[in-house]
Amino acid sequence: MRVFVASPLHSYTGGRGEVAGAGATLAEVLADLDARYPGIRFRVIDEQDRIRPHMKLFVGEEPAESLAQPIRPGQDVHILQALSGGVRS
Amino acid sequence: MAKSVRRPTRVMLLVATRKGAFLFHGDPARRQWRLDGPHFLGCVINHLVLDPRDGFTMLMAAKTGHLGPTVYRSTDRGKSWQEAARPPAFPKVPEGETGRAVDHVFGLSPGHASEPGVWWAGTSPHGLFRSEDAGVTWSGIEGFDRDVVDRLNKAFVATPDGPIVHSILIDPRDANHLYAGLSIGGSFESPDGGKSWRPLNRGVAADFLPEKDPELGHDPHIMALHPLMPDRLYQQNHCGIYRLDRPGEVWTRIGRAMPKSIGDIGFPLVLHPRDPDTLWVIPMDGTTVWPRTSPGGRPAVYRTKNGGQTWQRLDAGLPRRHAWLTVKRQAFAADGREPLGLYFGTTGGEIWMSADEGRRWRRIAEHLPEIYSVSAAAV
Repeated sequence: MRVFVASPLHSYTGGRGEVAGAGATLAEVLADLDARYPGIRFRVIDEQDRIRPHMKLFVGEEPAESLAQPIRPGQDVHILQALSGGVRS
Repeated sequence: MAKSVRRPTRVMLLVATRKGAFLFHGDPARRQWRLDGPHFLGCVINHLVLDPRDGFTMLMAAKTGHLGPTVYRSTDRGKSWQEAARPPAFPKVPEGETGRAVDHVFGLSPGHASEPGVWWAGTSPHGLFRSEDAGVTWSGIEGFDRDVVDRLNKAFVATPDGPIVHSILIDPRDANHLYAGLSIGGSFESPDGGKSWRPLNRGVAADFLPEKDPELGHDPHIMALHPLMPDRLYQQNHCGIYRLDRPGEVWTRIGRAMPKSIGDIGFPLVLHPRDPDTLWVIPMDGTTVWPRTSPGGRPAVYRTKNGGQTWQRLDAGLPRRHAWLTVKRQAFAADGREPLGLYFGTTGGEIWMSADEGRRWRRIAEHLPEIYSVSAAAV
């Protein structure tokens, strides 16, 4: 599948906004990405496996609420930054 | 032949801002400053510290508006950076429970001189972490959670950027003797390297709580321990300036000796590294709705040379009026040189310095992003 990666994460992907991914769920895709781009997962997913408040994940065109979200063959994954991210911590 | 020891002759300022990190390299006279940066432009950098034990390792507490928190490391004084392999993170809780997540790493402290590679980190929400490999991997301190975090009343209202662990102080005589400051939460002491903790807040006001003399829940803004007299502690608190001489247990409000028109509210304080009785504070307006700006729009640093019995106003070179500066708790530093150099950064992106222990001030940088921390290292 294709994984589209927002610009704040390009330091992990060697500057690429699109990388290849593998996995049947979002959790598996993120584990696969983290194996190849160490550290990327923790910037997006917190230690309780929650999607960080100012990150948005989409499977196909549907927003994902959890890492258990299944991914069907042919679907892309988007890791996007929410417009709320300019707020203070 | 014995290797000659090169004495530090220059000062490097490490400046962390809401929008990146900046390094300032001074000439030997501390007159000219060369700017190196920004590093990590756009990242929220809460703290940036050089390890005094090796003079080369630097750790940086970073996040962005979107991404989670991390720690960056440099082993060449900021020329190149690597991310921590395992940044500070709380344990995963069982399914169905709500667990904590680190929002940001706030304060970084190099460990004891006898423990090279050991660093401590304080986080928001409250957490204390230790690294034994110079910041590559971090582990939480269970005893801190049990004895400190779990005891804090969840009804306490957090400070604007969240509840933080900020001052992690290590007794130079004993690597296992620690103090920590929590805003909001109070001061705590550990005799055993962090395995157990107890509150150390007697005598400290907590005007924002209904209880008259609570055991904990106070709001130290910053704490400091004197390296030559480690039983001497100071703190700038939300409710005044205090001193504690151990084994005493009751803090003395030395800010009572400040002029009434100025008060003793502020964020940072700095100790003179060679004189335990000398320190500097930067008062702010803590009246009415708490503007947190220079009292009367006239910035000044105040100094005591007798442990807080009397204070002198030091404002030569600072703006005379209409200057509403705010200096955050980690944004005031001393460089260790003789005479001592002092530096503070403002939320308006200015850096002010004094090369003569506070007598005269001059601005050495402006137009930076909001400054979160300033540290000074002799290199």
